[in-house]
Amino acid sequence: MVKSYGALRAVDGLDLEVPSGIVLGLLGPNGAGKSTTMRMLTAQTRADDGEITILGHSVPRESKRARALMGVVPQHDNLDEELTTAENLLVFAHLYRVPKAERAEAVERALRIAHLEDRRDTRADKLSGGMRRRLLIARGLVHRPRLVLLDEPTVGLDPQVRQELWSLVTSLRDEGVTVLMSTHYIEEAERLSDEVALMARGRVVRHGVPADLIAQYAGKTVEEFPAGADGHEELERRAQAAGLPTRRTGAALAVMRAEEITEGLRGELGRGDVRPSNLEDVFVSLTGERVE
Amino acid sequence: MSVQETAERPEAAPAARTGPPGRFELAPVKGVLTREWALYRRSWKPTTFAAVVEPVIFLLAFGFGLGSLVGVVAGYRYLDFIGTGIVATSVLFTSIYPGLIDTYVRRVFQHTYDGMLAAPVDVRELVTGEAAWIALRAGVYGCAPLLVAIGFGLPPAAGMVAVPLIALVTGFGFALMGIWMSALVPSIKTIDYVISGLITPIFLVAGTFFPLDELPGWAQWISKLNPLYHCVELVRGAAFGIGTGTAALHWAALAAFVVVAWGLAVFQMRRRLID
Repeated sequence: MVKSYGALRAVDGLDLEVPSGIVLGLLGPNGAGKSTTMRMLTAQTRADDGEITILGHSVPRESKRARALMGVVPQHDNLDEELTTAENLLVFAHLYRVPKAERAEAVERALRIAHLEDRRDTRADKLSGGMRRRLLIARGLVHRPRLVLLDEPTVGLDPQVRQELWSLVTSLRDEGVTVLMSTHYIEEAERLSDEVALMARGRVVRHGVPADLIAQYAGKTVEEFPAGADGHEELERRAQAAGLPTRRTGAALAVMRAEEITEGLRGELGRGDVRPSNLEDVFVSLTGERVE
Repeated sequence: MSVQETAERPEAAPAARTGPPGRFELAPVKGVLTREWALYRRSWKPTTFAAVVEPVIFLLAFGFGLGSLVGVVAGYRYLDFIGTGIVATSVLFTSIYPGLIDTYVRRVFQHTYDGMLAAPVDVRELVTGEAAWIALRAGVYGCAPLLVAIGFGLPPAAGMVAVPLIALVTGFGFALMGIWMSALVPSIKTIDYVISGLITPIFLVAGTFFPLDELPGWAQWISKLNPLYHCVELVRGAAFGIGTGTAALHWAALAAFVVVAWGLAVFQMRRRLID
């Protein structure tokens, strides 16, 4: 898919297949094209070129059918402030075509998902930030969607609330719902995703199971060496000469696949702090871009 | 890009509830109305207060203030003339302002429409739903000034049963016009251009407070293009009698206005909401 805004190519040849029933983390720095991609899936942004198929429906032509199967949780809170928790859910039960006989139960179910049963008559503008986000997510689940789009679901939330949302995502997957989640928190993507797609500059640079990507690009461990007075260059040169990828982490140089450091190289580098490799190492080594 | 289909999970098939691609559906319009109703349940008191008190003040001020000087206008008691005129102005104000301002706020500041369009709702259904709600309200509240005018001595007539319908159709048109303008203006500040440059002349040059016969020929001709003029004529016709042919022409003018305003509102809102 391609989408340009004037000279800016927000999505530039993105190609991705999402198997049913998994959690796919769309990972990338701000401006990588994650939100544009999400909007294209709901046909709110029209691709200049390319094909989108969602659960057998071609988008944008059959997008309304696709949207009926999808639950969308936007990055920016757009709850109806003047409506209560239950009313917010009821309106979307209507918009998502939940049949009349099932609407009341759908609202109850969504209230349970959001843990807001005792806040059903509270106006949205009186809810805390965490409650609002839970309501926003439950609103997108009111019609039992088969695909859920979560656009940066935990941005700006405190750690306890993030934990809650993580368990919610996991329980969705357990029910067989496909989840497409964009995030720029690496930890979140690594923890929740069955697969991750690393995005940079409007395209998917790598796509795979987190553990495989880590094993392939960053090995088992990473060893961080203080750069010292000579700076990073000398350490970098030595590690890279031995075929090991590196990245700069502030004052230190992180050498990936540290388990492959030979005795000879060890003599040159000294001894650093060893830690398990993670997805961030992969991301930075592949794109050169920093992610939070 | 694709998200794949599996054969399992037969219990969830809400896609069957949406019609074939490209069809205008009533279900999303109803969904939009549900939201409006929930909001209205919170705000009906001030809305009703404004709808009743405003015409009373207008009638007192103009009817007695100006009416004592004018007496008879275009063959009617001045109080009756403006009693029917303010039905039209109240329809205008209760439709074009919500269309213009509420729609702008919801689109730009509250991102309400972004949320709705991610559900199986298309822009034209959204626009129709928003305008239909405003029209329903105008249809009901448009009767308030008429009842007030009857209280001030306007003789009740059988034809007045048509007033809610006249108000509804006119309100639908002006709501759509407001929505179109809301999507046309580049910022909330520039809404002032619309209010002063457009709404004020629509409000005054429609035969609401003075008859148009006294205006120069060109101004009379322009006033025929003012949809509110046709509303005023139909309301006066409902109160004082009107020929079928004349009424049909005014209805046709209102219908044409609605069709054009719907097209423009949908077109411009789509440009703003879908990129």
